[in-house]
Amino acid sequence: MSTADIRSEYKYKLGTNRLGLWLFLVSDAFFFGGLLVSRFYLMGYTRPHLEQTLGLIVTAVLLVSSFFMNRAETAMAHGDQKTFLQGTLITLVLGVGFLIGVVGVEWQLAPFGPNDGAHGALFYMMTGMHAFHVLTGVIFLAIVYRNGRKGLYTAEKHWAVEACATYWHFIDVVWIFFYPALYLIGTVVG
Amino acid sequence: MDENKKVKFLSLGLVRGIVFQVIGSLAGMGFVMLIRLLMGLPAWNAEPVWVGGTFVGVFTFLIGVGAFSDWFKWAKGEETSDHIEADPSQPKWAKYYNISYDHKVIGIQYGVTSIILLGMAGTFAMIFRTELAAAKLQFLDLGLFNSLIGLHGIVMIAAILLGIGAMSNYLVPLMIGASDMAFPRLNAFAYWLNAPSALLVVISLFLGGFDTGWTAYPPLSARAPLGMQMFFLGVYVIGLSSILGSLNIIVTVIRMRAPGMNYFRMPIFVWASVATSIISLTATQLIALSFQMVMFQRLFGMGFFDPANGGNVVLFQHLFWFYSHPAVYVFILPGLGMISELLPVFSRKPLFGYKWIAVSSMAIALVGFFVWAHHMFTAGMEEYLRVPFMYSTMLVAVPTGVKFFSWVGTLWRGKITFPTPMLFTLGAVSVFLLGGLTGPPNATVATDLHLHDTYWIVGHFHATMFGGFMFPFFAAFYYWYPKITGRMYSEKLGKLHFWLMFPAFYVQSLWQMYIGLLGMRRRIGDYDPALNFDNSHLVITIAGFTIFVSVLIFIYNLIKSAKQGEVAESNPWNSRSPEWQLPTPIPEHNYTDHPFKVTGEPYDYGLEGSTYITMSDK
Repeated sequence: MSTADIRSEYKYKLGTNRLGLWLFLVSDAFFFGGLLVSRFYLMGYTRPHLEQTLGLIVTAVLLVSSFFMNRAETAMAHGDQKTFLQGTLITLVLGVGFLIGVVGVEWQLAPFGPNDGAHGALFYMMTGMHAFHVLTGVIFLAIVYRNGRKGLYTAEKHWAVEACATYWHFIDVVWIFFYPALYLIGTVVG
Repeated sequence: MDENKKVKFLSLGLVRGIVFQVIGSLAGMGFVMLIRLLMGLPAWNAEPVWVGGTFVGVFTFLIGVGAFSDWFKWAKGEETSDHIEADPSQPKWAKYYNISYDHKVIGIQYGVTSIILLGMAGTFAMIFRTELAAAKLQFLDLGLFNSLIGLHGIVMIAAILLGIGAMSNYLVPLMIGASDMAFPRLNAFAYWLNAPSALLVVISLFLGGFDTGWTAYPPLSARAPLGMQMFFLGVYVIGLSSILGSLNIIVTVIRMRAPGMNYFRMPIFVWASVATSIISLTATQLIALSFQMVMFQRLFGMGFFDPANGGNVVLFQHLFWFYSHPAVYVFILPGLGMISELLPVFSRKPLFGYKWIAVSSMAIALVGFFVWAHHMFTAGMEEYLRVPFMYSTMLVAVPTGVKFFSWVGTLWRGKITFPTPMLFTLGAVSVFLLGGLTGPPNATVATDLHLHDTYWIVGHFHATMFGGFMFPFFAAFYYWYPKITGRMYSEKLGKLHFWLMFPAFYVQSLWQMYIGLLGMRRRIGDYDPALNFDNSHLVITIAGFTIFVSVLIFIYNLIKSAKQGEVAESNPWNSRSPEWQLPTPIPEHNYTDHPFKVTGEPYDYGLEGSTYITMSDK
């Protein structure tokens, strides 16, 4: 087989796509890293006054969603259409739940606005940029769910599912850094 | 004949994109006003309405040009082809105004856009240089002067980023023997992001301009006119293009090489391209973040950089320079790679120390991440950071020195010829040496405290940019011109270009350094006549205009020779690089019909019986 033929095979393209996605995530991680640096630069060993129970709940929701995402992807890799669709749908619902928890509830409950000092600015910027990524992930999930129902993915060919799962886990990992930075580390101000 | 075909104006992607951008911006503005009304705010507030509207406009431009079409189809679960068939009803040139996935077309799109922006940024420079030729204000007011220096800086940066896009998009796949980039759609998307964002940067001039210079430091940028926001938004989107473009380059080099093309047998420019891409892939996020934070501070009153509201302006400088210093290496690394690429061809000798050159590019990229705070010695930064950053900055001289050593070693006892590309390559070596040697005084804390914000810095910086980018960029243009167009450029005009630009640049740069040492501050529109700088400024202005004229000659040469130049041979420079072994014009799918194997070292010029690639025609 010539090089050109190997290159146009699905399997080779899959490896290329994976590399591309991971580089994108590396790049994106620098953005979130910059936000973390800003948080410690401006707020040091203090943190904003936030609803602890709610923080715990949204964190749990997001972590659990990653479990179902993984389940969906593994099921697809084994050709189990039903579990795949189930897992994707649950992830999607949990993702929307997270968004409602953060933007719909926490943002309303917080006793400060974005223009109240460094903690206000950073809290809304960090949760806002993260929520924006969750939103794009939810849209991605919805597309994957719709196409999955049409039966477009097979055990061998399901790059979109894999990409969606990897992206979703990445968003989850970002939150694992953001949650302690905003809710746990330091003494409360504001 | 092609030329006789009529083109429907609206069928051109570029035109459709601009129309969509205008409509999208207006719709976006309406949308923001609607939301403001729903929130109980007055509908019109220039900043949020303009920012929201034009942000939407960028994406509608991309929809208009067709950059999203395939991805929308994928989302709907449809398959798409990897190649866009040219519309047969349009003449051949129309493909450059439409979306194309062919990396050669995209490379030329990048190159032409780069030259247009280069001309624009140069014009801005000529305007304020004329103003500076004599003390006192003659025809500019200070606000416009400030906007012009800021625009000169940022449009030049965009031009350079696009120029790098041109070189790496056109050359990297050809050099490694790939049929195209790894992600052709992403490639087109990354290119077309630049068009709407360049428009945004330029309209900032008509929305009050901005008086901060290209660095946009708060607190000044937090209260500059509305043009500031357009500047931020434009740069933000150009940054996205740069990130996606470099991602594509890295993946292409890792995944698409020809058989036998291992990492240490790639043409050396590829190494430089990868080193550059690693920086732009990661560090660009930080300038995006810093600009976004100022935008949000202005829009939502967030206090990131407002000391009265819990912020700290020094944080901005840390975030900003974390990109903007490595960005300098983004600009120069491809240029330095180009020097290493061309010297062996015109010396007919192997490149001296290939592996060291390859690794030195990576080393510059790596060290470049740890030097940013040398821009902040006078900024009131944490004092304990000064000395470590001084040393890390000095460290950059080591891998750069490796490159100079190799260039001299390559030239040593070579059979050197001096066509235009070689003149520009040698000019680059010489000018970059000037830029390099004037660097350590700025890296040393003690001397930098005096040199900071003087014309010395302006002279030093322009020498690094001309040596590291401009001269190699022109060299590359002349060198590959016969392969791209099939015709030879005019050697006479090319030499004229060089012999005008080279001495004029030395005069300009050295004179800037000279008055800088005497105390001329940068970024001021007016200076005290008692300083006696009038004549010096006049000399710099004349030198600047000479450079400007030489670039006009270059552009004239490109356009004229494309039609009237001599028909070129397929390998006029007798190069060993794979792209020169292809027929001219290069087939649409590059090597698909001309597969090759790498069977030797890339730069063994002058060694008898040595081969680099063995091509088998199907």
